[in-house]
Amino acid sequence: MNRRSFLTSTAATAVVAASGLPARAADPLKVGFIYVGPVGDMGWSYQHDQARLAAQQEYGDRIVTSYIENVPEGPDAERALTQLALQGNQLIFATSFGFMDATVNVAKKFPNVKFEHATGYKQAENLATYDARFYEGRAIQGTIAGRMTKTNKIGYIGSFPIPEVVQGINAVYIHAKKVNPDVEIKVVWAYTWFDPAKEADAAAALIAEGCDFVLQHTDSTAPQAKAQEAGNVFTFGQASDMIAFAPKPRVSSTIDHWDPYYIKRIGEALDGTWKPEATWGGIGTGMVGIGEISDAVPAEVKEEALALKDRIASGEYHPFTGPLKKQDGSEWLAEGATPEDGELAGMNFFVEGVSGELPK
Amino acid sequence: MIIGGIDIITLISMLMVASTPVLLAATGELVAEKSGVLNLGVEGMMITGAVAGFATAVSTGSPVLGFVGGALAGAAMAMLFAILTQVFLSNQTATGLALTLFGLGLSALIGKPFEGVRPPATGKVPFGPLSDIPVLGRILFSHDWVVYLSLLLVAVTWAFLKFTRAGLILRAVGENHDAAHALGYRVIAVRCAALAFGGALAGLGGAYLSLIRVPQWTEGMTAGAGWIALAIVVFASWRPERALIGAYLFGGITALQLQLQAAGYAIPVHLLSMAPYVLTIVVLVLLSVVHRRGVQAAPAALGRSFHAAS
Repeated sequence: MNRRSFLTSTAATAVVAASGLPARAADPLKVGFIYVGPVGDMGWSYQHDQARLAAQQEYGDRIVTSYIENVPEGPDAERALTQLALQGNQLIFATSFGFMDATVNVAKKFPNVKFEHATGYKQAENLATYDARFYEGRAIQGTIAGRMTKTNKIGYIGSFPIPEVVQGINAVYIHAKKVNPDVEIKVVWAYTWFDPAKEADAAAALIAEGCDFVLQHTDSTAPQAKAQEAGNVFTFGQASDMIAFAPKPRVSSTIDHWDPYYIKRIGEALDGTWKPEATWGGIGTGMVGIGEISDAVPAEVKEEALALKDRIASGEYHPFTGPLKKQDGSEWLAEGATPEDGELAGMNFFVEGVSGELPK
Repeated sequence: MIIGGIDIITLISMLMVASTPVLLAATGELVAEKSGVLNLGVEGMMITGAVAGFATAVSTGSPVLGFVGGALAGAAMAMLFAILTQVFLSNQTATGLALTLFGLGLSALIGKPFEGVRPPATGKVPFGPLSDIPVLGRILFSHDWVVYLSLLLVAVTWAFLKFTRAGLILRAVGENHDAAHALGYRVIAVRCAALAFGGALAGLGGAYLSLIRVPQWTEGMTAGAGWIALAIVVFASWRPERALIGAYLFGGITALQLQLQAAGYAIPVHLLSMAPYVLTIVVLVLLSVVHRRGVQAAPAALGRSFHAAS
């Protein structure tokens, strides 16, 4: 071995050692989550937790995940997020709209920690947002409900009057109206994401008002249980498939698939390419899944719904396509026009035909 | 019968179902407070009853056994409180709050395997042709048996406190435990019995929530119902018949506001949600005004520990 070859091999060894070092010596990446309900809600928080487990599976001992459940929206969220940051989590997912300001505040305090906030619209250097186009799923639900309703009344349990929920109500109404001009939609605001007793009462109130479809924007399966008890009332699984209630009352569902997103983002954090972005995935990207349409739905309606799903997925059709007017009768979208994402993300009005006032 | 776009009959029958959990819990707490013990752990006993009732019903397939299990679990929690406050003379307020926190945690632990499980259904009581009577049939004869049990328990509690010797002793213990003790009544035993009754009813109320009103088990599902029950006892100025009014009023507010919304009314939801607590404060003020004229509503020994030697 001459001197040159010795130097080369030493250098090579050094390079290998240096590049290999972080992978071997680095501690696993700690990833934290906060949930608005219990992981056992079988809906929203359950689905986020399933995605967390999928990410854990994917990366094995390269990451350590933890979560705090039942975090109330408001000041307590700040405490929970701070706790996760102090425990050394380098990537933290805040999974409810109401965590927005708390996440912004805590992200400011921990500039070296990466934050991700679901369904919000405030970003920062270390704060990304991600959301799913749930309204695409609602368009399909509206089509099925509009075709199948006997009473021409569709009930909708709203959680809070925020853009995501308003989009859902509008999308259901527009598509139900398209296939059934006599249809009307009744909205009840529960002012909670998770309160089984209240959700059950809200479902019962809508059923008593003659609704034979009860759509929920809350997280528990209580409305499903109530609809089942009532008999000829149909529902859709919300956030999770809620397949335990199929084929009736649950006739289909909108499933939130967070797993690909969590796997991608955690991977980016691991290899250092993570950037604060705003992601808004839909049926096309696989973030919004449509659960099996059950046999309680007539075959031709099922076919129509699936065709609509394909057109939305391919980008051929946007659920908000003009001509559309606002509730007060003013023009919103001209013939064939579709809204910008920014406008959609801040939707704060009902479309023409939805009865009732949108609480401010 | 539809008034102002609202089906009154449906509203009343929904209201009765929505109010039953708090009615049961309030009636139980009222008896405990009449004996002179303030148990702030109602929420904890309710949620323990909810999970125990659910678990029993699912395991055995019998809703009736579920309710028995819920009541027993509530009573067991109350006995824990009784041992701490009556035997070891711990502070009732602090112990009650601890019982609530303990119950919430314990129920979440027990309930994990029961999340997403469906309980066996409890049917309506078959009244035959009676339930076909217009108006009254729907209101009075269209419920499950627990609704009737809750009404019966209010009547029994009222009669017990007003007419029976045992009820008189219980009230004596609550008004002046030293005098009752001097007369030879066993103050601690009476209070333990009253607490157990209170716990059993709170547990029954919780089981009603998880087995009938929702029906499913989810963590933290009582969502403050226990605190409403405590407010109702004060609102009722410690009278069972008024507790019935209070429970139907307070429990009904949720059902009412949702029903109003469904009927298309724009209503101030937040104002209605705080109404029970505002009304309770108003009642407290009124009571203290009456109190100055020499009438007392609260049991005189409420919240005071008893020790035979002191």
